[in-house]
Amino acid sequence: MIFLKLIVTNLRRHRIRSLISVAGIGFSVAAMLTVVTILQGAIGMFSSILSNDSEMIVFERDVSDLFFSNVPGEAAAQIAGWAMVAHANPVLFGIVSSEGHPIITCFGVTPADARIQKAAWVEGDRGNFARHEDDIVLGSRAAEFLSASLGSQVQIGHASFHVVGVLKTANGFEDGGVFMPLASAQSFFHKQGTSSVITVKLRNKDDVAAFKRMIREKYPSLIALEDAEFTRSYSQFRILKATAWAVGGCGLLLGGLGVANTMIMSVFTRIREIAILRVNGFSQVQVGGVIFGESAVVSVSGALAGLLVGTCFLYALKLIPALDGYVDPTIHPLLMLVVLVLALLTGVAGAVYPAFYAMRIRAVEALRFE
Amino acid sequence: MMQVAEGNRNGRVVLQAESLWKSYDEGTVVVLKGVDCAVFEGETVALCGPSGCGKSTLLHLLGGLDWADRGRVSVNGAQVNRHSDLLRLLRHEVGFVFQLHNLIPDLTLAENCLIPTVAAGIGRRIAQERLLELTERTGLSHRLDHRIQKLSGGERQRTAICRALMNRPKILLADEPTGSLDEHASKLIFDLLLELVATEGATLLMATHDRGLAGRCDRLVEMHDGKIHEHAHAE
Repeated sequence: MIFLKLIVTNLRRHRIRSLISVAGIGFSVAAMLTVVTILQGAIGMFSSILSNDSEMIVFERDVSDLFFSNVPGEAAAQIAGWAMVAHANPVLFGIVSSEGHPIITCFGVTPADARIQKAAWVEGDRGNFARHEDDIVLGSRAAEFLSASLGSQVQIGHASFHVVGVLKTANGFEDGGVFMPLASAQSFFHKQGTSSVITVKLRNKDDVAAFKRMIREKYPSLIALEDAEFTRSYSQFRILKATAWAVGGCGLLLGGLGVANTMIMSVFTRIREIAILRVNGFSQVQVGGVIFGESAVVSVSGALAGLLVGTCFLYALKLIPALDGYVDPTIHPLLMLVVLVLALLTGVAGAVYPAFYAMRIRAVEALRFE
Repeated sequence: MMQVAEGNRNGRVVLQAESLWKSYDEGTVVVLKGVDCAVFEGETVALCGPSGCGKSTLLHLLGGLDWADRGRVSVNGAQVNRHSDLLRLLRHEVGFVFQLHNLIPDLTLAENCLIPTVAAGIGRRIAQERLLELTERTGLSHRLDHRIQKLSGGERQRTAICRALMNRPKILLADEPTGSLDEHASKLIFDLLLELVATEGATLLMATHDRGLAGRCDRLVEMHDGKIHEHAHAE
């Protein structure tokens, strides 16, 4: 109890300094949490596009980005005919632009695609999709920012398209995207006869290995991965995740330097007090424990504050209409734990030098000269 | 007139310095120049001498707060030479009382007194009982939850004495324990110190300038220029 009191007393003694340190860690944690959650959310959304009513994805082997993947059209047709396959849908990804909106995700899909068949249609009829090559369906947010509705003509890139439907999905990329008939998209993006990926649903999940083997044997230039496997291994996702953690880590490092500064000041201003503890039998380890305890209290308080601020910030972002569907404010418990542990480790690391200094204070000198 | 004390030397030696040398500033300031002294179990010894003669340094060496350049320190017959020895010494065998009470101002009287018990890992119940016992005997029981800033100089010094005795050390080293108090408070504190030492069965070695207080000890050790010049007891 006294041990805890010694820790808390010193933090209370320098309230402003302690609060600044807590705020430093808090904002670092909030920044890390926000960046990582937003990027993981984005990755999750992109993954969900691929895994829409499918569990496997087939794409060009060794391609760095799915937008550059070319899967021959006949492969989709043949794969769809395999006995183990329930359905196989080619999807062509592209980026289109419109006035005031330089980047709009475009999906070239067949009428059988789950996006067309299972989404909630706000306007239009799913049966009308792909009847004409200039027909498109808009996600509800895309319809909003393009000021388009059923029957509108919208200019996208160099062509004009006729809106035959508006659909609503929970996925930001899809809801802010444009759905074209596959053939139209192939023509628009000059990728005749190809798709970016084939999304595949197997009749029996036990056939995954066999399916992969067949793809490897029959289409050596293609690769089949399970959705989760793809999410883990796709280089773009890995780069995004690494970037998120690096940015968050830099924030945390700054917070850690703040803790280190606070702890150094804490030790320097209480040398006499530490000497008193030593004279009264405190070991070096016990003195170090007080210093590390202080930094742990600062770090954990900061981390908890950061979790709160980060969560509020994510919910606030979600409320911004333009970001609706792009931000998932759900914080994974594991992420929370990782952030808490990282904050604690940062605080402890920040206290290493101050603690080491405190442990080496010689009581007799401190008492004599102060 | 001081005389060499013989009566107390029948007991066991609890503190012993043998040829202690100590210098500061890389050897340029030599404070102790081969000090030899022994303190016997249960006696009260006053260490007198002018400022800078090495009294505090000798107490620090005997209490394990500092190392000698040369010579040996033994406490209760065991030579003090290892880190673990120092911790054992400070936790269980020696209590310190300083001129400046050296209490932690933001803690309460009770919390300050409990610090040695926390260091030594003594159970809370036993520590609380000891705290109540000592504060009762020193007239501080009504001030337990008061912060140090709220206490008078005498109360602070009594708190420091309580703290020094919390772990029942058998040796009390006091460095000018009444040096910051007025004459009246000084006498009260010293009376209390002697009474506690007697009832606890402890040994007291006290550095002091106050010849009046020194005269009430069993024995007086005179220091001058880093050496012990005479062992005597007051008339």
